[in-house]
Amino acid sequence: MIPLYARRRAVNALASTLMFVATAIGLFFLAWILWTTLRLGLHAMHWDLFVKDTPAPGSDGYGLRNAFVGSLILMVIALVIGVPVGLMAGTWLAEYGGRSRPAALVRFVNDIMLSAPSIEIGLFTYAIMVAPMEHFSAISGGVALAILMIPIIVRTTDEMLRLVAGEMREAAIALGAPMWQVVTRITWKAARAGILTGILIALARISGETAPLLFTALNNQFYSTDLRHPIANLPVVIFQFAMSPYDNWQQMAWAAAFIAITFILVLNVCSRLILKGTVKRS
Amino acid sequence: MERTPAAADPNLTPAAGDERSAGRTRVLSADFLFHHVALAMAILVGAALIAVVIAIAVDSWPAIKAFGVIGFLTGRTWDPVSEQFGAFPFIVGTLVSSAIAMVLAVPLSFGIAVFISELAPSWMRQPVSSAIEMLASVPSIVYGLWGLLVFAPAFANVEPWINDHLGAIPGIGVLFQGPPMGIGMLAAGIVLAIMILPYITAIMRDVFVATPTRLKESAYAMGATTWEVARKILLPYTRTAVTGGIFLGLGRALGETMAVTFVIGNSDNLSASLLMPGASIPSVIANEFTEATTKLYVSSLIYLGLVLIGITLIVQALAVLLLGTVGRGARAPS
Repeated sequence: MIPLYARRRAVNALASTLMFVATAIGLFFLAWILWTTLRLGLHAMHWDLFVKDTPAPGSDGYGLRNAFVGSLILMVIALVIGVPVGLMAGTWLAEYGGRSRPAALVRFVNDIMLSAPSIEIGLFTYAIMVAPMEHFSAISGGVALAILMIPIIVRTTDEMLRLVAGEMREAAIALGAPMWQVVTRITWKAARAGILTGILIALARISGETAPLLFTALNNQFYSTDLRHPIANLPVVIFQFAMSPYDNWQQMAWAAAFIAITFILVLNVCSRLILKGTVKRS
Repeated sequence: MERTPAAADPNLTPAAGDERSAGRTRVLSADFLFHHVALAMAILVGAALIAVVIAIAVDSWPAIKAFGVIGFLTGRTWDPVSEQFGAFPFIVGTLVSSAIAMVLAVPLSFGIAVFISELAPSWMRQPVSSAIEMLASVPSIVYGLWGLLVFAPAFANVEPWINDHLGAIPGIGVLFQGPPMGIGMLAAGIVLAIMILPYITAIMRDVFVATPTRLKESAYAMGATTWEVARKILLPYTRTAVTGGIFLGLGRALGETMAVTFVIGNSDNLSASLLMPGASIPSVIANEFTEATTKLYVSSLIYLGLVLIGITLIVQALAVLLLGTVGRGARAPS
């Protein structure tokens, strides 16, 4: 009895230590990645990044203005397409589809799309937009990002709307409100914090996406706001610059990575604060 | 809308007589419109998957015609000059790099999840979980940048040690012999493991925390140790969801593009050693797509994408089915 007990204690001590080590390894890599990006990113920070365009290969220039503007344009296109589609589809699932079979099927497909490799979405957008138009374009990049956003928005909208108490809908219907007003004025309002959080999370996800943009928006060394032509954007610039042998290009890649991570973390913190704020109020 | 008070808001205020019926038709049409726009969007979302498969299949048709299915899957040459394309080295590269990632990430995730749900003092749980989740919000391009410029040079210093120790083991030693370059199959697997770690951990943690306290406490009351509770209570109780979480991580690893492209080394030679460079399906597509000049070349790259869809779709569908409604929140990157 005693040796057995001692053995179990020993196994437990060993296992607990390994679990602690596993956690330490996970945290170590997080710290390593964040620390590197912070150190090299801050070191590479320069005012020129925001006012000058990306330099030609081998030249001394320093600037990312076209990439910032391009990324911003791509995100706006993605939001303009992705938010209405995602919001309406999520609304149908929660308010009209409910637990029916078609709704279950849409949720299943949406769940798969949620974790579909982004490179597949890039190839899809290439096939439906770039190949028929015969050239890479900003608009196709925006569409690719929208396709990546939609499943996240659908999922959060669906879940948040289903959390809204049925009594609220019944009260509105009892007052004679038609369904569309019940949705727009009652349930959307009740769930708006959750829906907004979903949109912010979706935006955070697409802001670092690179693979789909390689086949759609591509890159542009020059400043451009023309939606029919390739456009510069931060992720593809990081990809191109990191692989390059030029020192200033690698530095700019770190600066861009630092800005991208900061943007994503700010979005995540905002979405958490919004959720917390509403939980406290209700 | 401003004609009469009743018509100002015909939907909420019941009006009398004619105005009421006039209001009713407008209400019905607005209602009809709203419902059907929502329905159309839901159909769009529901049809997305099939649309993706069809569009990619159509664009890969020239390559399918040229190389067939079996011929493409088993073809070992990838030569853009003579337009001979075979996917075999990349399929192997995708599977091997993902397998390395799973071997590393699954035990680590299990350890972290049990640490968070059972071992850690309560003040530590939230910060540790948030920190691990933060690994999921780092964009893959940053993993790639870090992997190529920071991790690979550091890893190159460890590789001689791997050569000397793991390389000396009879049988599997050949896997660990090779020049210490930093980049290669093993480096790609390690970076992938870090990337999928937060997804698997989040699901395991959620289901471990949701395991009825009753079950855990009865085991503890019988004198079970933490390890025994984890092994004999938590794991059997959450088996389905844990498997689903592992498949979810696998799906992510198979399709991950940017980080792998940076560190895998991009070579279409098959090599027994994990320290040698290789290539995965996504990394080839990302690397060569913009250089592909001929129609057949582009089509072959898209065909590779179709093969990737074939592999990931099965894994993802299994993940979604196994997870059911469990861990729904954990799956969206946050």
